[in-house]
Amino acid sequence: MIRNTWIICRRELSGYFATPLAYVFIVIFLVLAGVLTFFVGDFFERGQADLQPFFTFHPWLYLVMVPAVAMRLWAEERKSGTIELFLTLPVRLGEAVVGKFLAAWLFLGIALALTFPFWLTVLFLGDPDNGVILASYIGSWLMAGAILAIGAAISAATKNQVIAFVVSASLVFVLIAAGTQTVTGIFTGWAPEGLIHAIAAASLFGHFTAITRGVLDLRDLFYFGSIMVAFLAANAVIIDLTKAE
Amino acid sequence: MLEIRNLSKNFGPLVAVDDVSFTVSRGEVLGFLGPNGAGKSTTMKMITGFLAPDRGTAVICGHDIADEPLAAKRSFGYLPEGAPAYPDMTVADFLRFIAHVRGLRGEEATARIDHIVELVHLNEVYEQRIDTLSKGFRRRVGVAQALIHDPPVIILDEPTDGLDPNQKYEMRGILAAMQAEKAIIISTHLLEEVEAVCSRAIIIARGRILADGTPAELAARSRFHNAVRLEIEPVNEARIRADLAALPDVATVETADDGHALVVMPRDHASIAAGIAELAEGRDWHIGGFAIERGRLDDVFRSVTTPPGDHELPASSAEPAN
Repeated sequence: MIRNTWIICRRELSGYFATPLAYVFIVIFLVLAGVLTFFVGDFFERGQADLQPFFTFHPWLYLVMVPAVAMRLWAEERKSGTIELFLTLPVRLGEAVVGKFLAAWLFLGIALALTFPFWLTVLFLGDPDNGVILASYIGSWLMAGAILAIGAAISAATKNQVIAFVVSASLVFVLIAAGTQTVTGIFTGWAPEGLIHAIAAASLFGHFTAITRGVLDLRDLFYFGSIMVAFLAANAVIIDLTKAE
Repeated sequence: MLEIRNLSKNFGPLVAVDDVSFTVSRGEVLGFLGPNGAGKSTTMKMITGFLAPDRGTAVICGHDIADEPLAAKRSFGYLPEGAPAYPDMTVADFLRFIAHVRGLRGEEATARIDHIVELVHLNEVYEQRIDTLSKGFRRRVGVAQALIHDPPVIILDEPTDGLDPNQKYEMRGILAAMQAEKAIIISTHLLEEVEAVCSRAIIIARGRILADGTPAELAARSRFHNAVRLEIEPVNEARIRADLAALPDVATVETADDGHALVVMPRDHASIAAGIAELAEGRDWHIGGFAIERGRLDDVFRSVTTPPGDHELPASSAEPAN
């Protein structure tokens, strides 16, 4: 089980670096992260040695960047016909789905890890709380995984990468925006308290923000974990139903 | 080794495969013949578990593809239609990946890859990326991938498509060399290929099996079976035609397609060669050539796959899956 998943994951991951695509992606990812942190997040003006302005924009960064990675996961296999070769090999569907997901998740992890100069900067400028930074990195990677799982499931449903991208980005936008004050504000005052909490609790934003405060709460981990499991299961079902179309 | 039971598949209102059953034993090379859209690829997709049949199943080396998909998939090597492969991998990486997924490791994997690369002549492109390869090399990579684990059952969808005549000849040689140990199915629309490599042929059209037999048996169903081709001097033609037509078992005397000879058609595939030879001996016909036709596979193919009284296939018989 693990062996096949790992073989598939390794093939996929080396596939990313076989073309300039991976390098272009990583460069854009880092540039965008920098622009958001320094120009939008007022990194220096705040005068605090932490990475709050860096992590705050991660949901929005991922809104664009993660569906871009996810869109090709299955859509490409369909388009090139390799899905028929892949799924007639002696591998379980679960191994195929998880192997592909894991490769993309590790790739995002590499891109995220390459943001370490931000950490070096605050380390140089002051005395940051490294525990909070580590928790935030883990939370950010988990959120990337959740968004990736959503995008992968949608990629499984279409041959067209543009459609996969647009649909995933829209869905992820809703999931992020649901936790922002702009959205909860619309409901405040007239909707029952429970509903507002439910909407906020379903949002990627709220759970991620909670982690960036430095607390790896089990509920937040469970939230991201269950999104990944649910959408990977959906991914497998969609592939099983539509693989030959 | 391979048993297909009542496979059926509809795509909406279209019947793609209709109650197809057959078995393939060790030592057999089965040619799966049919016009485009006949259901060849759909049948192969169902045998290999890529497509779920509406009815029926396939049993590979005792493993039902629906009940024991992993055991069944380990028993065959499959070249899907169009020979798909990951374009951004090199031939070496791709074959290694397939070998690993097929459960081969370390030394064993290396030995098998070396053997297969030698067998299908991939040495010169071994380190090249697959998207830089010609169609012929890509097809060979697809075949190599299907053979890498030395499977008892080999299923190849159009293995020689896109190969030049030398490469086709070579590929047929490879199949022939493996034949004794394996059960092999190849799909093709090339009749010469069936005659060259297949020990048995199934003709399929509109999802149904229309004929099943050795290439010779199928050819014997041709109206040309036992016909005699005579090359004669044109000056004598009228007289010879009349003499031939008078023979008891001769149905008609036709002009050959190339226009250089007469084709004497027998009544009910009767043997007429001896009679014609005897007749010719007694007269001064100046025969330049004399040949008995075994039958023409293309003629059988055409007559079997074209609906009676309907020489244009109806539009609805096009198959979306192909």
